[in-house]
Amino acid sequence: MNYEALISPRAAQMRPSGIRKFFDIAAEMKDCISLGVGEPDFKTPWTIRDAGIRSLERGRTFYTSNAGLKELREEICTYLNRRFGLSYTAPETLVTVGGSEAIDLCVRALVQPGDEVIIPEPCFVCYEPITTLTGGVPVHLPLKAENAFKLTAQQLKEAITPKTKLLVMPFPCNPSGAVMRAEDMEPIAEVLRGTDIMVLSDEIYAELTYGGARHVSFASLPGMKERTVVVNGFSKAYAMTGWRLGYACGPKPIIDVMTKIHQSAIMCAPTTSQYAAVQALRHCDEDIERMREEYDMRRKFIVNRLNGMGLSCFEPEGAFYVFPSIARSKLSSEEFCKRLLMEKKVAVIPGNAFGESGEGFVRISYSYSMAHLTEALQRISSFLQELDA
Amino acid sequence: MEKILKLLEENARMSVEDIAGITGDTPEAVARKLDEYAQNHIINGYHALVDWEKAGVSRVQAIIELRVSPRRESGFDEIAETIANFEEVDSVMLMSGGYDLSLVLNGKSYQEIALFVVKRLSPLEGVVSTATHFVLRTYKKEGVLFGLEPLDEREFGL
Repeated sequence: MNYEALISPRAAQMRPSGIRKFFDIAAEMKDCISLGVGEPDFKTPWTIRDAGIRSLERGRTFYTSNAGLKELREEICTYLNRRFGLSYTAPETLVTVGGSEAIDLCVRALVQPGDEVIIPEPCFVCYEPITTLTGGVPVHLPLKAENAFKLTAQQLKEAITPKTKLLVMPFPCNPSGAVMRAEDMEPIAEVLRGTDIMVLSDEIYAELTYGGARHVSFASLPGMKERTVVVNGFSKAYAMTGWRLGYACGPKPIIDVMTKIHQSAIMCAPTTSQYAAVQALRHCDEDIERMREEYDMRRKFIVNRLNGMGLSCFEPEGAFYVFPSIARSKLSSEEFCKRLLMEKKVAVIPGNAFGESGEGFVRISYSYSMAHLTEALQRISSFLQELDA
Repeated sequence: MEKILKLLEENARMSVEDIAGITGDTPEAVARKLDEYAQNHIINGYHALVDWEKAGVSRVQAIIELRVSPRRESGFDEIAETIANFEEVDSVMLMSGGYDLSLVLNGKSYQEIALFVVKRLSPLEGVVSTATHFVLRTYKKEGVLFGLEPLDEREFGL
């Protein structure tokens, strides 16, 4: 069989993950210290795991309704109201297999061939391939370090064309740690008012913002709820990545179409995870805070150390990544990462893996113990000293 | 500033520069605060958490439950202080529940600890009874797992 001829051209053209090879080398390397993961190092809080176990003991092993347990969708709405002042109802809420599925559904529900999707970069890597699979056209919007990797109204205006269908708002941002505060988002909202442009607001890191003000959901800005699909989930806030559970909230006609696609592709999100998630939303605000404080401590530690060794980083205000500039090393992102891996056995991720505008930066995750971070930072420091020598 | 204490409780060897980076103070301010904590006996010392079994050094540890009769004037304080002054005694705690004082003892051998209990502890005025429990193995101490490498099963990911 000539598989290459058989495979759909759109699928074949999906941007391959260029750094897979790099990951494979790191994974095989003995004594390699990784700062490369994109998930919490905490275990899921016990009470949530226990709720999952109890649901199994009681034999709750059937499908739930396609959109998810009604009880869970109602708890999600209560939670979003309590934490972010959003007002959604259960029919405007869909429970998905992680935030990723919600992103996929949102793009597929909205984007037709030729539609443009504005993707501010550097950002998480899934928006582009999902867009190209639908025949949509990704419009890369390079965010700038001098704007602390925030999206500006001017940049957005310049990117909008009559074909613009969807704007992705990936904040708090993986990999840059950038956060859009209310005053940063209002000018964006102003550009969108009066247009038919929809917004996919990926708020999976909403609970992980630092330095005072809490996360502001894009949908909470005046006039934005009607055009926004909010994507969120349990992975980062509750350290539940392996449970694969997320959700989307948005205008009912769009959630209905997303539910239709979800019904065909997935049927329903994992039942055990849904019961566990009900417990998370009801009883775990304190666990979120405990983990957030720990991340915040590591964040300050690592930013201080990196700046001290001349890898300047602007202060990341969200998620659990720092995104330092490696200009001082005079290496490209990939060279820097390759040499750091080979010479010091430390794995960090080249910034250009998240879009071309990430060139000149690396992503360092601080979702690790202090002891692990300390050792890794020592190795990075000695790597830089040897570069200078 | 309570933050400094929490950081040091986790890692007593954290440098003042790192602490300052986290608390947002200057390293000098942190150093001053550390002196102050020491002077006020808020910080009472720094220890390494040694796994003696792994180090190949034979050491015996025991936990002793003590029932004592409190004095009219000083309650439990006087006898607790007397016991705390024995070098062999690692910790002394006043307890709620079925007995009064809980002691942690370190010794070179079972005999040494047994002799200490029989010859020095039991004869003390006010000691009503003792129950000695020898530690067979330590799995975790002060929040740190002994001998068990925490396994990171996470994969690289974007």
